[in-house]
Amino acid sequence: MQPAAEFVHWMFATGFLLLGLCLLAQAIVGDEVWRRRPWRAYLWPGLAFLMGVLMWPVMVLYTNSTIHMIAHGSWAQTMMLAGGAELGLARGKLKSRYWHLTMPLAFLVSGTAILLHEQNGWLFARAAFLHHLTGWLIITGAIFPLATVFRPRATVWRSGFALTFVILGVLLYCDRDVAPVFGHISSQAGTPHR
Amino acid sequence: MSTQLVSEHAAVRRRTARAWAITALGPTTMLGGVVWAFLQPYRVTLLHPHGQGFWWLVIEPQILVVLAGIVFAFLIAPGVLEDLEAEEDGR
Repeated sequence: MQPAAEFVHWMFATGFLLLGLCLLAQAIVGDEVWRRRPWRAYLWPGLAFLMGVLMWPVMVLYTNSTIHMIAHGSWAQTMMLAGGAELGLARGKLKSRYWHLTMPLAFLVSGTAILLHEQNGWLFARAAFLHHLTGWLIITGAIFPLATVFRPRATVWRSGFALTFVILGVLLYCDRDVAPVFGHISSQAGTPHR
Repeated sequence: MSTQLVSEHAAVRRRTARAWAITALGPTTMLGGVVWAFLQPYRVTLLHPHGQGFWWLVIEPQILVVLAGIVFAFLIAPGVLEDLEAEEDGR
């Protein structure tokens, strides 16, 4: 009954897509409008925190290898840290804007973990190829949350931050066991599925 | 046309663009899921469910994309638009 890895990727992709849409809307209308309703200020930080919490069952149940457990655990921790810090900032419990630095930290740790936990020998498989693409997307995308710490009102950085999540969602949706373009190269790529 | 009228006209146009962008986000996302389903119908397992397991029938990426668009369009965007109009009206 345990879902295959790609289903988990697709569920997280939906979360990241919603996260990206919320951030994009906030970048478009500005903080003043977005925070007019108190619950909305907690929406995307809460979603980020929740996704961090949901990474724990992924860490526990998908124990393909030690490096997988460490990678999933590090994502869970950094996503919860970033989501929690943003919740604290939204609530006003945290005052320093430097708490926003937890988000680029989460990007860097998550991106590095994604790159490291996928074995190079699987590169011909779509999943591994996409993990490398995703890893580099997140690492390079860290520039956006980093820039918003110092230029919080710049629409270009905030939109880039939001779109990074949208693209991340798209890449995760594309995750399947093998792709026709790579899967034929080796039988080790597994049985082709939808 | 006076400078004041020109600037007011530009402000109205910018406001409209922001509201339009928020309105378009949800439907664009939904459209993305629908277009994807049309481009790769063989990946929509519900269209040929025979012999498929539980997860293949429940978790469909194209449908999840449409659902994300629906959630944003019906639960989030209306309130944002309302507050945007209120802010623009100076309320």
